[in-house]
Amino acid sequence: MDLASIDPVLLIAALMVAATPILLAAIGELVVEKAGVLNLGVEGMMITGAICGFAVAVETGNPALGFLGGAAGGAALSLIFGILTQFLLSNQVATGLALTLFGLGISALIGQSYIGVKPPSTTDLDLPILSDLPVIGPILFQHDAMVYVSIGLVIFVWYLLKSTRVGLVLRAVGENHDAAHALGYKVVRIRLAAIAFGGGCAGLGGAYLSLVRVPQWTEGMTAGAGWIALAIVVFASWKAGRVLLGAYLFGGITVLQLNLQAAGMEIPVEYLSMSPYLITILVLVIMSADKSRAALNAPASLGRAFHASS
Amino acid sequence: MKLTSLVAGAALALGLASMATAQDDPLKVGFVYVGPVGDYGWSYEHNEGRLAVEEAFGDRVETTFVESVPEGADAERVMTQMALSGHDLIFTTSFGYMDSTIAVAEKFPDVKFEHATGYKRSDNVSTYSARFYEGRAVIGHIAGKMTESNVVGYIASFPIPEVIRGINSAYLHAKKVNPDVEFRIVWVYTWFDPAKEADAAQALIDQGADILMQHTDSTAPMTIAEETGILAFGQASDMINFGPTSQLTSIIDNWAPYYVARTQAVMDGTWESTDTWDGIEPGMVAFAAMSDKIPADVRAEAEQMIEDIKSGAYHPFTGPINKQDGSVWLAEGEVADDGTLAGMNFYIEGLTGEIPN
Amino acid sequence: MIRLEKRPEPSRHWAYATPVLAVIATMIAGGAMFAALGNDPLVAIRTIFWDPLFNEQFAAFSRPQLLVKAGPLILIAIGLSLGFRAGIWNIGAEGQYIVGALSGAGVALAFYPLEAWFVFPLMVLGGALGGWAWAMIPGILRTQFNTNEILVSLLLVYVAEQLMASMALGLMRSPDGGGFPGSRNLGDYPAAYNDELIAGTGMHWGVVAAFIAVIFAYILLNRHIMGFNIRLTGQAPRAARFSGVKPKMLILFCLGVSGALAGLAGLFEVAGPAGQVTIDFNVGYGFTAIIVAFLGRLHPVGILLAGLLMALTYIGGELAQFMLGLPAAAIQAFQGMLLFFLLAGDVLTNYRIRVGRTEVA
Repeated sequence: MDLASIDPVLLIAALMVAATPILLAAIGELVVEKAGVLNLGVEGMMITGAICGFAVAVETGNPALGFLGGAAGGAALSLIFGILTQFLLSNQVATGLALTLFGLGISALIGQSYIGVKPPSTTDLDLPILSDLPVIGPILFQHDAMVYVSIGLVIFVWYLLKSTRVGLVLRAVGENHDAAHALGYKVVRIRLAAIAFGGGCAGLGGAYLSLVRVPQWTEGMTAGAGWIALAIVVFASWKAGRVLLGAYLFGGITVLQLNLQAAGMEIPVEYLSMSPYLITILVLVIMSADKSRAALNAPASLGRAFHASS
Repeated sequence: MKLTSLVAGAALALGLASMATAQDDPLKVGFVYVGPVGDYGWSYEHNEGRLAVEEAFGDRVETTFVESVPEGADAERVMTQMALSGHDLIFTTSFGYMDSTIAVAEKFPDVKFEHATGYKRSDNVSTYSARFYEGRAVIGHIAGKMTESNVVGYIASFPIPEVIRGINSAYLHAKKVNPDVEFRIVWVYTWFDPAKEADAAQALIDQGADILMQHTDSTAPMTIAEETGILAFGQASDMINFGPTSQLTSIIDNWAPYYVARTQAVMDGTWESTDTWDGIEPGMVAFAAMSDKIPADVRAEAEQMIEDIKSGAYHPFTGPINKQDGSVWLAEGEVADDGTLAGMNFYIEGLTGEIPN
Repeated sequence: MIRLEKRPEPSRHWAYATPVLAVIATMIAGGAMFAALGNDPLVAIRTIFWDPLFNEQFAAFSRPQLLVKAGPLILIAIGLSLGFRAGIWNIGAEGQYIVGALSGAGVALAFYPLEAWFVFPLMVLGGALGGWAWAMIPGILRTQFNTNEILVSLLLVYVAEQLMASMALGLMRSPDGGGFPGSRNLGDYPAAYNDELIAGTGMHWGVVAAFIAVIFAYILLNRHIMGFNIRLTGQAPRAARFSGVKPKMLILFCLGVSGALAGLAGLFEVAGPAGQVTIDFNVGYGFTAIIVAFLGRLHPVGILLAGLLMALTYIGGELAQFMLGLPAAAIQAFQGMLLFFLLAGDVLTNYRIRVGRTEVA
């Protein structure tokens, strides 16, 4: 065993990159759930974003356009879910699962001609002086732009929910859609916007995988990242700041586990891989056992269909 | 009973005519894949083999495939339906299809089955696998010569004999030319998860590895190596697109010669149940072009080793080799037998850490 | 302006018509997709929906296979539908399925190679108990701490998957398996093998159990006070409480039944068609069953039909792959479309579409 060979600075830098796709998807899903909608199709939206982003980047040669394409792809797919659940009042759980199935299929179809293609590369930040600082440099100033975008999105969502009128309305819709409707808010429109935002974020996360993290296109390449994003939202008890913490924790456990192995330490991989989920359940229990706090966090209308006349 | 007599009657009635149509009918060859053909790894290479069969025989064959078939009941159903729909030869290309293949083959004695990487055979089931460890011996040698940090990173999938054999072979030959070399092994518990493989590659690089080897299917580790400017060996396919400066060479699964030969055997009526474990010599294990970064002398040694393995002059597991605990596995000059290799579940001396279970 | 108006009673007429319409709509949209991929849409549709049932060459085989594929889906979906009707959301059936398979197979492997009549019944008990216990975790957390059961049951799926990987590589790994992951094949252990009851019919105990579950659920929902309580809780939770329904008991009952049925499905699968515990033994039955439950409108007979329809698209999809060279991805997208249309069609059952200006109240 050679624990000294693990450099904590590199470890933190690596976990930030590893966590970015799930962070992006989770922050989007947070907004969706805050609006009272449970979209279990994150995996499908991520993989669709991954191929749309990849295709656009390859065709245009521009990774930035690729990310826009990824977001657009994810958002477009999410609108199928939006129309079904908001206008046609289908069950959200079942529709979300169907969305994942459809997304996995459609992405593979689009991606057939992109197998084995290398995308244009995304450059890392390289600030003179700052990037070369010891410790802080690698952690804060040497990443690709999307890492900062993801953190920026977290701050944006945090501010949006906490301090803006839009956030207030969104939360009102998620808490009690009938009351929100009675107050004259357009419940369906607000939820559709939230769903599209969530889809866009998931698409960005997928595009990050196919354009930066891996970068390549292969069928099924998200390999369950969307489900982890769902768990993170719960872990975060629907708070933007904690989504960041949760994503870095999940990403961190994976990266740490691999680093410990590389250092030659014996670790029960399966049990370590379970631990984030068990921790999340524990957090959930603690949170919900305290009734006054639970009421503040979990959106009360989560997963319930809304119909104006009901 | 009824069906048999009916078929017999029809055969009698049609006589030579049916023989003639049987000759004109293209041979139907089916392939069952465990992953999508778009994985650019294991299933992709089997599909390349299928395309080679089409190329070789043109109108005389008709090939079909089903991808992403889960092991177990689903695989058994797909194979049965292939057999029922008139396939003459069916390749089942995952270890987990073993019991299903045997079960279906029993019901269709006239259909030939070929099961990849398994060990159960019957009259109409052959098995085939590749001696990838021969390839790993060569890349181990190159890695041992070329590492400057003396740390080689190894991304492993599951602790099964195939993977352990590869680690042992690569380590043995790296150690031979560089006694200070150290292998860092990360088990990712997946054959295919690009993000996780990328994370594993990053972890190994962060801990000083300057050459990566992988026994997983995605090109992610190669891309990470390219980005960080270190060296790496590809797996399954030529990954030069993803590591134009990093890839030293790649061990390629080349199923085409075997698939073509077996299809030919069925056409000729010479097909028999066999146990094939081919290596470099018949071309089942192939290499991507060696990088210019490999010094001329190292390349010459590597090519010599390839020749020696081909000719049978050298076996990668030739004693003296001790097991990890120091006990003797192979005495001086002794060559490992296939049985031990097939079930290899121990590290050789010098490797650190334990095989997880 | 188009608007929806809730029907006082769900329309029976539309409840029967919408699934048919949905299948037709899928055939049109899917056909367009197949045509775009360069296939003859009519041939593709015929291969998926017709050939598994009536093709001369292999329908004799694939018809019974429908039962094998649909069995676990129906069994799980029936259990889930009880909870769904009462507003109790167990979406972790996949995890309960895995744990049921593990505990049932564990019983078999513990007795191996004993040939005794009681091995299989004990396995069945083990499977049901395993699934039940796994579902009791979200159940008890919900009743004791008011923790959201949707999320806990989902999270436990990942835990179960890791547990299974650990078992397949460790404790349950077959000593005769040449070091490969995976347990002994129960097909080689007659006392534990869940074989076809009548050769060539595809009927194994899991399929029988699925049919029994359908009948049992039908009687429960229509004739039994528990069924009445379940329906009442789903429709009017407050009224249910006033009429003496104990919500906690109901939660534990619904989660317990769905967990036990999912566990049974896992056991029957591992002891029969699958044969062994492997790293990726689960193929998503637990999740697909959620969709099946909704496609069947949470009605036992509907679920039976929905399970068979789902199975048909799987089997037909495989045929389309090797007969027409359609990629697996196209089949997935096609199934996705079918589900979208079926879910969307449900609106016609519960709502009336009104065209025109907003009515004055």
